[in-house]
Amino acid sequence: MIKSNSGIRKTDVINRRMFIIGAAKVIVFVAIIARLFSLQINENKKYLTLSDKNRIREWRLPPTRGNIVDYFGNVIAGNLKVYQLHIIPEQVENFNYLLVRLKNLLNLSDKKIAKINKLKAELKPWDSIIVSENLSWSQFVKINNYLYDLVGVKPVMTISRNYPFNDVYTHVLGYVSQPNEKEILDNQIIQERFVPGMKVGKLGLEKRLENHLIGTNAIQRYEVNAYGKRINQLEHQKGQQGSKIRLTVDTEIQKACGELLNEKAGSISVMDIYTGDIIAMYSSPSYDPNLFLFGISQDEWQLIRNNPLKPLINKTLSGLYSPGSTIKPIVALSALENNVIDTKFKVKCTGKMELYGQTFHCWKEKGHGWVSMKNAMKQSCDTYFYEVARLLGVDRLNITAQKFGLGKKVLGEYFDNEKKGLFPNTKWKKNNLGRGWVLGETLITGIGQGYIQSTPLQLCMMTAQIANGGYAIKPKIIVDSNPTSYEDAKQSMESGLLFDSNSDSLLDKKLFKDKKNIKIIQEAMFASTNERFGTSYKSRIDDPKYQFAGKTGTAQVKRISKRERELDLELEEIPYKDRDHALYVAYGPYINPRYALSIIIEHGGSGSKAAAPIAKKLFKLIIDRHELRNKQSNFERITI
Amino acid sequence: MFQQNRLNNEITLLQKIKNLDYILLISVIFLSIISVFVMYSTDGGEILFHTKNHFIKLAVFFPLMIFVAFFNIKFWHNFSYIIYSLVIVLLIYVSFFGIKASGSQRWMDVYFFVLQPSELMKIAIIMCLAKYYHRLKIENVNSFTSITIVLSVILIPTILVVSQPDLGTSILIALSGLIILWLGGVKIKYFIYSFITFLISLPFIISFLKPYQKLRILTFLDPDRDPLGAGYQIIQSKIAIGSGGLDGKGFLKGTQSYLDFLPEKHTDFIFTLFSEEFGFIGSVGLLILYFIIILRIIRIGSISRSNFARLFCFGYAFAIFIYIVVNLSMVLGLLPIVGSPLPIMSYGGSSMLATMIGFGIVLSAKINHKQMIA
Repeated sequence: MIKSNSGIRKTDVINRRMFIIGAAKVIVFVAIIARLFSLQINENKKYLTLSDKNRIREWRLPPTRGNIVDYFGNVIAGNLKVYQLHIIPEQVENFNYLLVRLKNLLNLSDKKIAKINKLKAELKPWDSIIVSENLSWSQFVKINNYLYDLVGVKPVMTISRNYPFNDVYTHVLGYVSQPNEKEILDNQIIQERFVPGMKVGKLGLEKRLENHLIGTNAIQRYEVNAYGKRINQLEHQKGQQGSKIRLTVDTEIQKACGELLNEKAGSISVMDIYTGDIIAMYSSPSYDPNLFLFGISQDEWQLIRNNPLKPLINKTLSGLYSPGSTIKPIVALSALENNVIDTKFKVKCTGKMELYGQTFHCWKEKGHGWVSMKNAMKQSCDTYFYEVARLLGVDRLNITAQKFGLGKKVLGEYFDNEKKGLFPNTKWKKNNLGRGWVLGETLITGIGQGYIQSTPLQLCMMTAQIANGGYAIKPKIIVDSNPTSYEDAKQSMESGLLFDSNSDSLLDKKLFKDKKNIKIIQEAMFASTNERFGTSYKSRIDDPKYQFAGKTGTAQVKRISKRERELDLELEEIPYKDRDHALYVAYGPYINPRYALSIIIEHGGSGSKAAAPIAKKLFKLIIDRHELRNKQSNFERITI
Repeated sequence: MFQQNRLNNEITLLQKIKNLDYILLISVIFLSIISVFVMYSTDGGEILFHTKNHFIKLAVFFPLMIFVAFFNIKFWHNFSYIIYSLVIVLLIYVSFFGIKASGSQRWMDVYFFVLQPSELMKIAIIMCLAKYYHRLKIENVNSFTSITIVLSVILIPTILVVSQPDLGTSILIALSGLIILWLGGVKIKYFIYSFITFLISLPFIISFLKPYQKLRILTFLDPDRDPLGAGYQIIQSKIAIGSGGLDGKGFLKGTQSYLDFLPEKHTDFIFTLFSEEFGFIGSVGLLILYFIIILRIIRIGSISRSNFARLFCFGYAFAIFIYIVVNLSMVLGLLPIVGSPLPIMSYGGSSMLATMIGFGIVLSAKINHKQMIA
């Protein structure tokens, strides 16, 4: 009984103690539930975000560049599907065997194989290795045929820049390629959107308009595991293609320029004389920008680089040439404007002119006899212009030349390789060469030789501004949001007032003092092309629809020695490097003119033989496309 | 009295089956089913190694539980000391000849599966001390001798397990033992004094800890100090639970787990996966299920006539409670990470074996609740 008593007492103790911990248990359970509540209900959002951050990773894809189209909407820089070959190492059973197979199928070099092996060692096994960035269609088909035997190989379709007209627009558009470190660091936008495989503009408008063309990255969201391996794709967010840019150029004319300059070094520029639209701008020889997209091969690069005709130089903008006789309209205009001469003023050309014991030769050894301004221009008499330049002085000539755009960049900010050329004056020589101006230098400046240097595009603009009646234009290559129509431009020019398209302010862009003087120059240029004995008379078109006025030029690249002058060698007998540059500037149609052009053939010989005939061929095409272009002017307005 | 004994001894098998506690049984079955599904989810929605083995273990140990239940509670009373001594022998054996894995030596190969004796000690110590206090006169509970004896009974296995090293299990063994002391009537002031002494000596204890154990405590205090190293587990666990929200991400849709962000998801962090997939509602439901099991065990204890059965049931209920609390506090970032499985849910044979034996003895106590033990 005692035992049972103690047993009962013990039971009480146990029960009492149990009750105490029982209460404690409830409290602890409630505490745990409270903790669960705080994590799962109160902080749910925070942890959900953290969980998504864990499992979702973004892959950015290269953005798609905007298209560049010509005035008629033809794509001149577009995008093309390209076929690539990727290897995913973790899916490959026998890596070496696979490489041997691929090597045979695609003719991969040993260097490439070594590079793939190096990449394989560096990358995670599930990261794809790009074996080939641009498979040809036949290679792609071949790979697909053997795919059953190439485990771990993935043919991929992607988008790449493409220049459908190959070399036609190279110097205008430039090209794209992989960005280098400096380009990434310098451009905030490239830096933000950079992903391996992305291409950026390296030259020309592709570079200049990078920020408009670049586009935004497409984003792929993948679910990844703790080791970073992609498990499945959650989302594909499309990127926005870069802005479309419409140029003022006409591909048909640009192409014709290329054909006309085939195998020659030189440049052709064509411009609308009222709107300043550049219709063609071709530098020859050119090269295929598509070669640079996936890294140019050493052989191809050497071929371009070592070409003696220098395809890498954009001759239209960076080529500096003595304008030769093409400057004569400006010299004559300046003299007329400054009342140094009038139309009746005559000079007797004996074939040469003596000054302080130095002889200055006219191109015509026998001389032109007594010549007036019109005749001097028509026959390009040098003696006449020596005399006019002497009377005028280089400083007054310089003012007129500057007004017409010589010595200044034409397109300004668009091309960083554009040169501004040089039109000298006395001050310039004193400041830059430290010596005083010599009168002899004025004489040769008067025939476009000496210090004077100009780009083909400057000569084109100069001609355009004479053609439009002596009004300043602002050349442009991109169709802006509010293009001035040709009629508006012409009307405002004729009323003597011009709108600055950028600031809407009224500007006086008259480049002349007396409109009559411009008319005189225009008539002289007309005579030079369309009257007997004119230097480009042979290249004339009689049909008034196509009839144009122009001025030839032959720029010496080297001083002609007395002996050479006596020999009077044929072009073929002179070494290429020493041959004269042939130039021609023109505008047309003579009645109601619309377009101006400049042609330069490096070492082409005389302007009348080498350059002017090209203008004849080109003008027909330019004028024929005039109607089409007019219709197109309101085609679409693109804001950039 | 004697007659009653004889009567109880003659309970037929049918009566035994009738007398089983069905609320407890159904709860355990329900928990087992949940555990299989959760294991299936840890395998990524496929029946792989863990799911298969977990199911086989349940299929073996659940009948074992019934088998244990059919022995009279008196039998378990009589063999308590022997079982305790046997497990001590196994612990000593393991410390010499055990299988080493991930830096500790706590397993032994018993042909059909790998046994972890320290898990069995969680039950054995409760049995041993329940018998001791059952037999001890109430007057002697606070005597020096008895306290020395019971402390030795607790300390010997604790030290053996700590030296494996396995801090988590040793703490659970010590707590399971101490609760019987508490229930047996050891003066409350002793507990208070010991607790104060423990707090004072804590710095010394910490200085004896292994570097990785110290790291765990530091990590617990500030998981962000090394988010990819020591703090990784707890941070990822909290993310998984927190992102579960009210109703969870759905069965087999726990991204943290199937994308391998959760470490130890089969064993100690099984609740994390469950909570991620079934959310707050599921988690609370699981807790309620555990609570029902605990309450049921306490109820069986309180209707038991013998103090052995009563002490065992109360002690075991508390032990289950402690396992759950330690495991949950760990995965919820309330306690440092110490290896401690969630009963039934976690993958691990020894833990399940011990838990099932425990339930078996509780069921035996239920069947024989009128049994008196001299």
